[in-house]
Amino acid sequence: MFRNTYDSDNTVFSPQGRLHQVEYALEAVKQGSAAVGLRSKTHAILLALKRSTGELASYQQKMYRIDDHVGVAIAGLTSDARVLSNFMRQQAMSSRMVFNRPIPVNRLVSSIADKAQVNTQEYGRRPYGVGFLVIGGDKTGPHLYEFSPSGNSYEYYAMSIGARSQSAKTYLEKHYEKFMDCNLEELIRHGLHALRETLQQDKELTIHNTSIGIIGPAGEHEKAVPPEGPFRILEGEPIDVYLKTMVPKESADAPAQPPAAAAPAGQEDPVPAAGDDADVQMTED
Amino acid sequence: MSWGRPRNDAVDMFNTYPLNQRAQHGHAHDNFAEGVQRTQQPIVTGTSVLAIKYKDGIMMAADTLASYGSLARFKNIQRLHAVGDTTVIGASGDMSDFQYLQGLLDELVTDEFTAGDGNALAPHEVHEYLARVLYARRSKMNPLWNALLVGGVRDGAPFLGYVDLLGTTYQASTLATGYGAHIALPLLRQAVETREDSLPEDEARRILTESMRVLFYRDARSLNKFQIAKVTAAGVDISEPIVLDTHWSFAEGIRGYGAQTQ
Repeated sequence: MFRNTYDSDNTVFSPQGRLHQVEYALEAVKQGSAAVGLRSKTHAILLALKRSTGELASYQQKMYRIDDHVGVAIAGLTSDARVLSNFMRQQAMSSRMVFNRPIPVNRLVSSIADKAQVNTQEYGRRPYGVGFLVIGGDKTGPHLYEFSPSGNSYEYYAMSIGARSQSAKTYLEKHYEKFMDCNLEELIRHGLHALRETLQQDKELTIHNTSIGIIGPAGEHEKAVPPEGPFRILEGEPIDVYLKTMVPKESADAPAQPPAAAAPAGQEDPVPAAGDDADVQMTED
Repeated sequence: MSWGRPRNDAVDMFNTYPLNQRAQHGHAHDNFAEGVQRTQQPIVTGTSVLAIKYKDGIMMAADTLASYGSLARFKNIQRLHAVGDTTVIGASGDMSDFQYLQGLLDELVTDEFTAGDGNALAPHEVHEYLARVLYARRSKMNPLWNALLVGGVRDGAPFLGYVDLLGTTYQASTLATGYGAHIALPLLRQAVETREDSLPEDEARRILTESMRVLFYRDARSLNKFQIAKVTAAGVDISEPIVLDTHWSFAEGIRGYGAQTQ
């Protein structure tokens, strides 16, 4: 099932000047369930939708702690994510050991972007099939970066990746100007609202399928967080209090409800053929 | 430390052999005979470095002499080195190993500058780095034969740290290496401790100058020409060499030094 003759070797340009393997890798990111990141003056947070392969399976981990001041959320191939997050952990530890300094977050993201770029240029390799949202804190405050398999990395006020992430992005673009002055609870509520946009019809955010990653001082519902506000992942019971603060979707959304049952999931986003992305085995995350 | 020891006059009275071929523990031995693979002794050495904290930051002093054994071989060698805009290091011990470290640090500073993201190395980070390098080398049984002082100011906080060829580190508001740790450090402690935050610049400079004068009279491997580096929020400033007005006329009266009158 070649789309054309220029897509089997990632080091060969198509006549249109494109690297098809790289673009397929970006598709792999879109197969993974969504992750959302946003930041205020004081906090950077990640929210991710976890999937399970079935009733009998556990939910797949979507977030990794890299160091006290860095955490990531992933979308795409989990196995590729483990390789890259292990590499990031090593870089972070090396910086702490050699210089007694937390690694600058932009350098950490650039280092995996450089690794990914090599895979788009050297013969006999394949691009990574995973995208990251990276949050980190340093002396200039909280930061949010996106990493993608094309070897690009950018800093954002707010960003989303993964399946149907365009819907979340639309929410973020509408509200991002308010984020800067939000407290942690408001920021998480915005994040949950954005993440909710990526759900399939008839699904909702629960304490089981939602992960929240935070960098910054403790919120009013958090206990035993050190004063530096290191990266932490909230899952299960502790996020219930945040889910309860969500404002139910109304008006704008209501007309869409009735015909929903029949309609196949996700049309605003270029989700590949099989409508139910939860079935795609390799792309777990 | 044993660098700069007087030669053993009983064995090599007229400096017939270069340092590496001198008898050690009474045995003739040439450190270069099998091709040198490890540093087993320093060759060209610098003596003490002194450093103190004061009101505006830190100040460091080292003379400009590089000795070859007991010979005052090079009299105009700078032993203070700026690392970026916030840090200065001072080196005693082997000068070639110090030059190697200067190379490593300059490369590091270039990399940090190239990154251009406002994360340039802070003094305590340079100190940690040097400690790792020196400890790694001693673990290969091939030490970089130095005792270094690292000082600087970052975000208004002064830092002073020591690291030596074993990778040993400590921090204090007054520091000295080598002979100075015996002779000058008690003077520095008396003059500086408890006053780090109020000591004015001219007095800090005077304290270091007088300590360097004492060292010149007491340390046979020292010189009356030295430099003072100061690091403040404004950056690093290493002075031109300062020559002390010293005189040995009093020594004429010491029995065993001047002309023997009786």
